[in-house]
Amino acid sequence: MLPEKSERCNMKTGNLFKEALLWVGLMILFGLVPVLMTSTYQMNLASHILIWILFATAFNMLWGVTGMLSFGQALYYGLGAYFVGLMVKYLGSAWFFPGMVAGIVVSAIVALLLGLLLIRVGGVFFTMLTLAFAQLAWQITFKWYNFTGGDDGVVGIMQPGVFSNPIVYYYVIVLMVIPSVWILKRIADSPFGTILRCVNQNPDRVRFLGRRVKRNQLRIYVISSVFVALAGGLMAGVDNSIHTDMFVWTTSGEVILMTVLGGINQFFGPFFGAIALILIEDIVGAYTEYWSLIIGTIVLIMVLLFPKGLVGEFLVFKHRFLKLKKHGG
Amino acid sequence: MDFSFFIMQMISGLTVATLLFLVASGLTLIFGVGDIFNFAHGSFYMIGAYLAFQIISVLQVNFWLGLILSGLGAGLIGIVAEMFLLRRIYGRKNEAGFQILLTYCLILIIDDLVKIIFGTEYKTLQRPSGFTGAVQIGDLYIPSYNILIIIIGIVVVVAAWWILNKTRSGKIARAAAVDREMLGAMGINVPLTMTMVFGIATALGGFTGALAAPLRSVTPGAGIEVIIDSLIVVVIGGMGNFWGAWMGAMLIGELTAFGIVFVPKWATLFSYLVMIIVLIFKPEGLFAPGKVRKV
Amino acid sequence: MEPLLKLESVSKAFGGLQVTNNVNMSVMPGEISAIIGPNGAGKTTLFNQITGNLLPDTGKVLFQGDDLVGQTTQSIVFKGIGRAFQISSLFPDETVLDNIKVAIMSKMDNTKNFWRPMLKFKQATEQAYDILESLGLEKEADRFAFELAHGDQKLLDIGIALALKPKLLLLDEPTAGMSPEERKVTQNLIKKLWKEFDLTLIFIEHDMDMVFDVAQVVRVLQQGTLLAEGSPEEIQNNKEVITAYLGEEL
Repeated sequence: MLPEKSERCNMKTGNLFKEALLWVGLMILFGLVPVLMTSTYQMNLASHILIWILFATAFNMLWGVTGMLSFGQALYYGLGAYFVGLMVKYLGSAWFFPGMVAGIVVSAIVALLLGLLLIRVGGVFFTMLTLAFAQLAWQITFKWYNFTGGDDGVVGIMQPGVFSNPIVYYYVIVLMVIPSVWILKRIADSPFGTILRCVNQNPDRVRFLGRRVKRNQLRIYVISSVFVALAGGLMAGVDNSIHTDMFVWTTSGEVILMTVLGGINQFFGPFFGAIALILIEDIVGAYTEYWSLIIGTIVLIMVLLFPKGLVGEFLVFKHRFLKLKKHGG
Repeated sequence: MDFSFFIMQMISGLTVATLLFLVASGLTLIFGVGDIFNFAHGSFYMIGAYLAFQIISVLQVNFWLGLILSGLGAGLIGIVAEMFLLRRIYGRKNEAGFQILLTYCLILIIDDLVKIIFGTEYKTLQRPSGFTGAVQIGDLYIPSYNILIIIIGIVVVVAAWWILNKTRSGKIARAAAVDREMLGAMGINVPLTMTMVFGIATALGGFTGALAAPLRSVTPGAGIEVIIDSLIVVVIGGMGNFWGAWMGAMLIGELTAFGIVFVPKWATLFSYLVMIIVLIFKPEGLFAPGKVRKV
Repeated sequence: MEPLLKLESVSKAFGGLQVTNNVNMSVMPGEISAIIGPNGAGKTTLFNQITGNLLPDTGKVLFQGDDLVGQTTQSIVFKGIGRAFQISSLFPDETVLDNIKVAIMSKMDNTKNFWRPMLKFKQATEQAYDILESLGLEKEADRFAFELAHGDQKLLDIGIALALKPKLLLLDEPTAGMSPEERKVTQNLIKKLWKEFDLTLIFIEHDMDMVFDVAQVVRVLQQGTLLAEGSPEEIQNNKEVITAYLGEEL
């Protein structure tokens, strides 16, 4: 039987308590790392995982949600990091957090201007042009040795005062990353997020809803880039150094691999993908320098056999299992 | 800048442009005909270069035969990749994204395999005998190997034009670019056509890598530089457009050759600049016909 | 009374092919009319010129006195023209409910909201259910659009258009690909929707039973030219139309 009219709307309004529990739980889980760790290396690993989670999740707002496969989000990751690094290098530690803000603001402006250009083309052209622009930024950083330090990067990027304590800085990362991912989740669940998914599935029909496809693509491109820049800015303080590699194409590729691993069409796909990839790198890296061969092969197999990714395939499995149980019982 | 120096730079630009065109034409061919974007195209260029090193330098095979064998070897690997990997994702939802992803994985795998097999140090390949010197024209000395490359480029352009316009296979390939399904209905083996075109495109990439090996040192990771350069060329010329790729390559080749004279450090950025300008004013490519693009 | 939609000598050619040739027509508010004609007569092309997908070479498309030529699809939709497609155009990976709901939200200009969860817009959910009920699709609300049967997908397509509260609704072969039983149901449904939503409705259709049963006015297109226009009776007895098009079917 169909529910009564008044009931319909209450059916799936979600459970606020459960949601709050999830996000607070995540904060506590990551917050416990410094308490339970047996070496500072574990905390460093957790910092990397957190930052890549934000990077990959922000990236997937473009790809999985809106269908825009960018191979150049490293551009904003690098911008975010270099603003922090260079401002600390030339102006001093006090400029660490202002540098982060500056990196984010500049990234937003660059994303807006570049986005206006990029959205003119679609499909593989978009992908390859994002790649080209990120490589351009990489080349400039690489060659402008006097200012950027070129291939040597910048080392000794210290946070001001108490924030230079690795444990304090770790908590800064937790308090920035988890709420950022929460914000992205809100965006994905909002009407704007729905329009983005519709743009992905049927742009022609979106025009017939009276909505502008390219404008929405531009909006999410800027939003994604802002969060990527935040991830980059945070990373500058993790190892207290930045390097031109942050701009390079494999950095953009890394988040793509994470997303495929976790699941393209799942919000939490990149979340688990980032954890999985970094752990694989960490473990495999201890035995061989050819870890990109291993990762390449793993992701190749995922693409061919499990295109839904870890999270997606798990949900399918769970769905089947529940069905089986229901019929059995 | 005197006249002879000008000519020298022009020839150097023409050499770069020819190599650029040869490798980009493979990229544009498989995209135009098969609607496949082979992100790993640069890796096949690299495979060609390493095969040439192995066959010619190590196994001491005749240079010209080695060149052909390197191209064929890269093409063979391309055929295997198409049949066992790419073919499995045709027709999948969001196919374009998966193509890029799959070929990206190929880049990672090929790069590391090359490192494992050949090591990470630079390899060099001698120019073939008879082409080590220079040709004197007036008071100009032009490296004869450069002239050879330019001639090969012209031969490939003419041959490609002839194949695409005058032969049955060329007509099939051009029809496939327009409508794959109709071709199937006409009783043509579409999967086989796709495999062959992919093989030819990767062979062209490998051949270019082998041809360029005596001029540039052979290194792992060369693939990505090549793919980005080809991409810029193809965007400027219009994707899937053979002649556009040629014009784009000429433009970029000469611009880089003369740019290096005036601003040596930043010359490599010129090609990006041209691409950005093209994108702003004519995003479908400078030489694209005025029709609506497929993608 | 002023016509709601008025085409004034609209013409369009692709190369040498004249796909729309000097078409004049006036559609009165509240009218339900059909456009018929052989394949390739330029029916869909005419729709495309009304909704801004194609730019006419010459002529005016007046909607409530406002010339639509040169305006974007987006602004034309907001002026009150809705459209369903010959091949249903849906958001396949969204639920049936959300397909309608996103259109309602777009109409209410809520799609810029990036913060409030979609589920919290209860009023939109109510309205979406109302539309699904009118279409008889309320039982499918939670299924994904791609899971629906062909006929239901066509209805959902109409539903998306209805959710935008159009004054003028254009339906491109609403019964294409349906079984005779489904056609009958859809035929009655369209009549019902026309009254219920207070629409001006133009549909393209090949099923003559439906055309002559539903339409108040029938227009016949042939090779881009408006061959005849009139009540179903007039069209059925029009010699020109019979020889040109209806001949074998009547």
